[in-house]
Amino acid sequence: MRARVLVRPKAGILDPQGQAVERALPALGFSGVRNVHVGRLIELDVEDPTQLPDMCERLLSNPLIEDYEIVESPS
Amino acid sequence: MKFGVVRFPGSCDDVDALEAAQRVGDAVMLWHADHDLQGVDAVIVPGGFSYGDYLRAGAIARFAPVMEEVAEFARAGGLVLGICNGFQVLCEAGLLPGALLPNTSLKFVFRQVELEVVDANTPFTRACSEHQRLSIPVKHTTGRYYTPESVHVVLRYARGQNPNGSQDDIAGVCNEHGNVFGLMPHPEHAVDPLTGSTDGLRIFESIRAQVVDGVLV
Repeated sequence: MRARVLVRPKAGILDPQGQAVERALPALGFSGVRNVHVGRLIELDVEDPTQLPDMCERLLSNPLIEDYEIVESPS
Repeated sequence: MKFGVVRFPGSCDDVDALEAAQRVGDAVMLWHADHDLQGVDAVIVPGGFSYGDYLRAGAIARFAPVMEEVAEFARAGGLVLGICNGFQVLCEAGLLPGALLPNTSLKFVFRQVELEVVDANTPFTRACSEHQRLSIPVKHTTGRYYTPESVHVVLRYARGQNPNGSQDDIAGVCNEHGNVFGLMPHPEHAVDPLTGSTDGLRIFESIRAQVVDGVLV
C-alpha cells in the first residue's frame, strides 16, 4: 500500500514559513491568496496501513504542534 | 561527582559540554548506541544536530538506545540537562513539556543574550540568585518554545532580548519533579573569561552542589 502523510502546523500556532510565502506571492503579481501554511509530505509504502496512525503519533508528526492527515492510494 | 555527556552522530557541542563539566567535576562521554550510563550522577544531552535533525529537531535522536537509559534515569530522579538540541530531544522524548518551533524570524540566530533566573530554587540554578542576570550565548534556528500547558519556567530572556519568538520569553524549563531541565542558550560556551562570560558555570556548579551537597530544602 502506497500512503502519503501530510503534516501541517496546528491551527493557531504561528507559522512564519506560511506567512513568508503568503507575502511573497503578491510580489509576483498573484493576488487574493490567504491562509498559506507550509507543512511536510511523507510518502511511504506500508504492508500494514493500520499502523499508520501510530507511526504518525509517535514519529512522523509531533501531535503537540502538528496535525497529520493520512492519504492512502491503492498502487 | 561524575557527569555524562551523550554523543549522538551530529552532536557538535559535546566536547564543550564535557570540558565545561570538567571544570566542576569529572565527566565522561556516553555513546548514543550504548545502553550504559557508566554510573554517572548527572546526564547532559548536548547541542548539535543529532541524527541530522531529520524530520524534526530531536525527533530521531529520542529513539537512540542510550535514551532509554536516560529516560529511566530521569524517572528515578536523576539530573538531566538538555542544552539546545538536547532540549529539543528531551521535549520530543516527553521528558520535558512543550516543543521547539522554528524561530519567528526563520533565521539562524547567534548572539549573546541576557537571561533572568526566574527560579533559583532548582537543582540547575541553585548557585544563582533569584532574578540574577546571566549572559550566555544562543545559536539556533529552531528555538521558539511553545507549550499549551502551564510549565515550570526556570529562565527567561531578559525583556527585549527574546531571540526566537518563544512563548512568554521562556528560555529554559524543568519538568514537574524539577530533575530534568532544558534550555536553548549554551551555558557550556560561557565558562571562560576568554569568551566573554563565565555565567554559564553557575548551571554546572548548581548541578555539582545538588549532587554533592544533597537535596534542596
